[in-house]
Amino acid sequence: MIPIVIAGYVRSPFTPAYKGGLARTRPDEMAGQVVRALVERTGVDADKIEDLIVGCAFPEGEQGFNVARLIGFLADLPVSVAGTTVNRFCGSSMQAIHMAAGSMQMGAGEAFICAGVEAMSRVPMTGFNPMPHPGLYERYPAAYMGMGETAENVAEKYQLSRQDQEAFAVESHKKAAAAQAAGRLKDEIVAIKTKGGDVTEDGCIRAETTPDTLAGLKPAFSETGSVTAGTSSPLTDGAVATLICTEDFAMAAGITPLARIKSIAVAGCLPEIMGIGPVGASRKALERAGISAGDLDVVELNEAFSSQSLASIRDLGLDISKINFDGGAIALGHPLGATGARITGKAAQVLKREGGRYALATQCIGGGQGIATVLESIS
Amino acid sequence: MSSIDKVCVIGAGVMGAGIAAQAANAGADVVLLDLAEGAAAGAIKRMIKEKPAAFMHPRMAKKITPGTTGDNLALIGDCDWVIEAIIERPDIKQELYRSLLPHLKADAIVSSNTSTLPLRVLTDGMDAGLKKRFMITHFFNPPRYMRLLELITSAENEPAAIERISQFCDAGMGKSVVPAKDTPGFIANRIGTFWLHAAVTEAMRQNIGVEAVDAVLGRPAGVPKTGIFGLADLVGIDLMPHILASFKTALDADDAFHTYGSGPELVNKMIADGYTGRKGKGGFYRLNTEGGKKVKEVIDLQTGEYSPARRPKPEALNAFKKGGLQAMLDHDSAEAKYARSVLLATLAYAASLVPEIADDGESVDRAIRLGYNWKIGPFELIDKLGPKWLCTALGQDGIAVPPLLAALGDNSFYRVRDGRLQQFAGTDYEDVKRPDGVLLLQDVKRASKPIFKNMSASVWDIGDGVACLEFTSKMNSLNPFIMFMIEKAVREIPKRGFKGLVVYNEGSNFSVGANIGLMLYGGKLGLWPLIRWTVKRGQDAYQKLKYAPFPVVGAPSGMALGGGCEILLHCDAVEAHAESYIGLVEAGVGIVPGWGGCKELLGRWTANKKRPGGPMPPVMKAFETIAMAAVATSAMEARDHMFLRDGDTVVMNRDRVLAAAKARVLDMAPGYIPPEPYVLNLPGPTGKTALQLGVRDFVAKGIASAHDATVGTELAHVLSGGDTDMLDTVSEDQILKLERDGLIKLAKTPQTRARVEHMLKTGKPLRN
Repeated sequence: MIPIVIAGYVRSPFTPAYKGGLARTRPDEMAGQVVRALVERTGVDADKIEDLIVGCAFPEGEQGFNVARLIGFLADLPVSVAGTTVNRFCGSSMQAIHMAAGSMQMGAGEAFICAGVEAMSRVPMTGFNPMPHPGLYERYPAAYMGMGETAENVAEKYQLSRQDQEAFAVESHKKAAAAQAAGRLKDEIVAIKTKGGDVTEDGCIRAETTPDTLAGLKPAFSETGSVTAGTSSPLTDGAVATLICTEDFAMAAGITPLARIKSIAVAGCLPEIMGIGPVGASRKALERAGISAGDLDVVELNEAFSSQSLASIRDLGLDISKINFDGGAIALGHPLGATGARITGKAAQVLKREGGRYALATQCIGGGQGIATVLESIS
Repeated sequence: MSSIDKVCVIGAGVMGAGIAAQAANAGADVVLLDLAEGAAAGAIKRMIKEKPAAFMHPRMAKKITPGTTGDNLALIGDCDWVIEAIIERPDIKQELYRSLLPHLKADAIVSSNTSTLPLRVLTDGMDAGLKKRFMITHFFNPPRYMRLLELITSAENEPAAIERISQFCDAGMGKSVVPAKDTPGFIANRIGTFWLHAAVTEAMRQNIGVEAVDAVLGRPAGVPKTGIFGLADLVGIDLMPHILASFKTALDADDAFHTYGSGPELVNKMIADGYTGRKGKGGFYRLNTEGGKKVKEVIDLQTGEYSPARRPKPEALNAFKKGGLQAMLDHDSAEAKYARSVLLATLAYAASLVPEIADDGESVDRAIRLGYNWKIGPFELIDKLGPKWLCTALGQDGIAVPPLLAALGDNSFYRVRDGRLQQFAGTDYEDVKRPDGVLLLQDVKRASKPIFKNMSASVWDIGDGVACLEFTSKMNSLNPFIMFMIEKAVREIPKRGFKGLVVYNEGSNFSVGANIGLMLYGGKLGLWPLIRWTVKRGQDAYQKLKYAPFPVVGAPSGMALGGGCEILLHCDAVEAHAESYIGLVEAGVGIVPGWGGCKELLGRWTANKKRPGGPMPPVMKAFETIAMAAVATSAMEARDHMFLRDGDTVVMNRDRVLAAAKARVLDMAPGYIPPEPYVLNLPGPTGKTALQLGVRDFVAKGIASAHDATVGTELAHVLSGGDTDMLDTVSEDQILKLERDGLIKLAKTPQTRARVEHMLKTGKPLRN
């Protein structure tokens, strides 16, 4: 195996859809600025990049065409750098990293930019033209089930109380607010130039969130349910970019990598409980890495919902104190196609910062799947 | 004459802010200033959330710039009109006027919205130049919805300034401008306050209960159902002593107003206890929420104690039902005697004040109708009772007969001569004048006979080769007779040399939609072929209207719901009164729009260049609007739903709608070419499935009921084009067939029948 590393990680601020600072910024523009900043900050020789792989969950409208190629132009990457857009819904940009790693194992390139973008203000979830297969819907409605409903199903199956879900959400906001206050998010954020001025900070974090404020919310998806807007990740605009390369390439270029990719995996699960997707995928990835959950020092688990996060933590036997050091998607936001690269980059960054050995980045995916990446420290 | 493009309102209280909003609605840029920091911005924020809305569209709020008189007075520098709406203190107002002077444009007009202070007091010592351009523009609350504007001017005013303000208030802000004399309370409040004061005082004197008062002085007299005490609660009881005191000081000693004293002591006690009306703990009526239930309670005028409302039905009401208002006032019961004492005194008072407070009786009628929402004004009421009867009754009751009434003798106050409405002017009759550019169907109807008519519709010649289709059914509900009339009009209009047709009427509402009672009745008898025929007949009529060889212009005001909306969707253009409430509300009664509403919204969204591409967005947009039974809260908002198109126009003044529609017909007539039919590519079953996913989520969230889901699924089927494939085209006829099938299928369900029955019984939608 050729050692592959995460050699750089940057992102735009994550801001709430429709009302946030990035709502009026095109996704390709936003991602272009992030990719440009990645190249500048890492100092990578762009001529040596094989491909720009961009994850996007609804690649249409302003994030349509082959948006990766266009982002490359916007970022002024050399024309020799190719571009491809990849869709695995919420796992799209982690999939981009997996594809880069796979290519490098095949000897097909030494450095890739793996990015992700989603402008949820500008391209609605389900896209502009949802056209489900009528026969499949009739035979297997869960194939098209809304995410909120799956979160309710998980809450019910795992008997997760509303209070527990809310406590988890409050904790996420607390950690994110603390990280923001301590300046721990500063280095990864790229200020985005917009018509309304520079957007420099995350906009979804609510430091003031308490169990009481969350307790007052109505169920968001089911009249009798326990999942609320407060225990769900918000609709978010944002873009992320990572530099994924061989360890040798990084060394030769004088770039200090954040972490090495130890193993990767994807796995399907029942679509009606898609939230437990991380369980199957992480088990595979851990097994491939030859370690167990107990060996993990850092876990970045995407918080699509409190309920699926808690269920996945329980099934995987994860140590909750190792999870999402700087807050998760409930607080930070979840721009679908961008999240996978964020949590993988973040896991690498935190692993390095905290001085641990192994990290896991994992997330659930609509339609019933999970994706996972195990990272190892460089030293 | 230069227009009014920028307006400044000073004073961001309820009236000032409301006037600012209406000026913005009228298209002006507005500056709203207040003494207090943040007050103007706060008022704008409050109004954005207010219901009924002050703004006709949320984006109108952006037309208002907030500020303070301390820091931002210079902003009035480019304003054409400055309206003062601050505290009713002459000294403070005069000081404000002086502070405006250095900033005002040379031709800027300044007016006060005072309701109590005379113009001569406000202009006392005023700069001579400003005095020429200073007047009183008295709006009523809420300024968007109340159509009255009393304009008080002086001989010193420049005629051009008066004309400029009248024009903007009328055509721009949609007000009916009534010139009033510079007398206390002007017109509406002078008579309205007398009426309220008399009613409250006499109720105490004659020991008549609050509810009985509102029953006998409400509907029988054509007064809104708030009646006397409901209105007092709405206006604010704490204002009553101030208003009465103000009139007491301002009116001459021999004014009939003084016969009612200074107002009951009970009112002072209520105010002290916090019972200031709806804005406080309650008023003459209150909602008792103790024990978790909402119980409407009413005060005992003698003891001040509250008890549950009982809705009494005094015998006097039976007399009214049998013999009308006159019979009620002659009835031998305490309540009837009470009503007689109040109404006779009020009518005599009104008649005694012309020409003291207004040029003529028609102005008084208009002021009371539009400022107090009476169905008919005092002089119209006098005619209804019969002036002669009234004079006799006044004599019997010891009330002086005003000379104007006495002079009428056996005649009525209004009369029609040579098709023209005339009013009595003291010795002779004169024509009731309409402002330039106002065309009223009621005037056409007085002067002519319909070209055709049947029991539910008429067609009139409104001049210059334009015909007007008027609905005449109850609440302008649509039935087969109206469809016959549409078809006849389409056939006959070209033959008779007309250039085009306006669809218009002067009812409170343009049309509340199809007569669903017929559908229910037919369904109960199993007459499904007849119902299907009725639906088809309506579709055919509307299609004929759409493809008629002449222009058809819709001209709604008030509600245009269901079939009423659909007829507008089939017009070439719409000249809509700003206060038009348009919507496809069929889902509320458990059916899909069946007279081409689905077809037209699909066509309009498909043709919309701003929509996202692909076959789904038009379907989803039409679905959202129809499934939610969305009703636009203004003509401006109707554009958001595609009920109105870009080329359609919003007419602010109700009285100018017909003229605008007629002009539009004449504009379109030369070389008119009927529209091309829509040919649509619809998604077919996949579209239905996509919409069903949304419906399923709404049911889970508790937003949609089980039957909403059934209706939504059927609507999804129609809007997706049934079983079509996106590569195939769908014609208008195919969509119309889907509409018919969907409507009949739903009409056969017991849940839809229950919805229709509930709507007919209660006027409200049933959620089942």
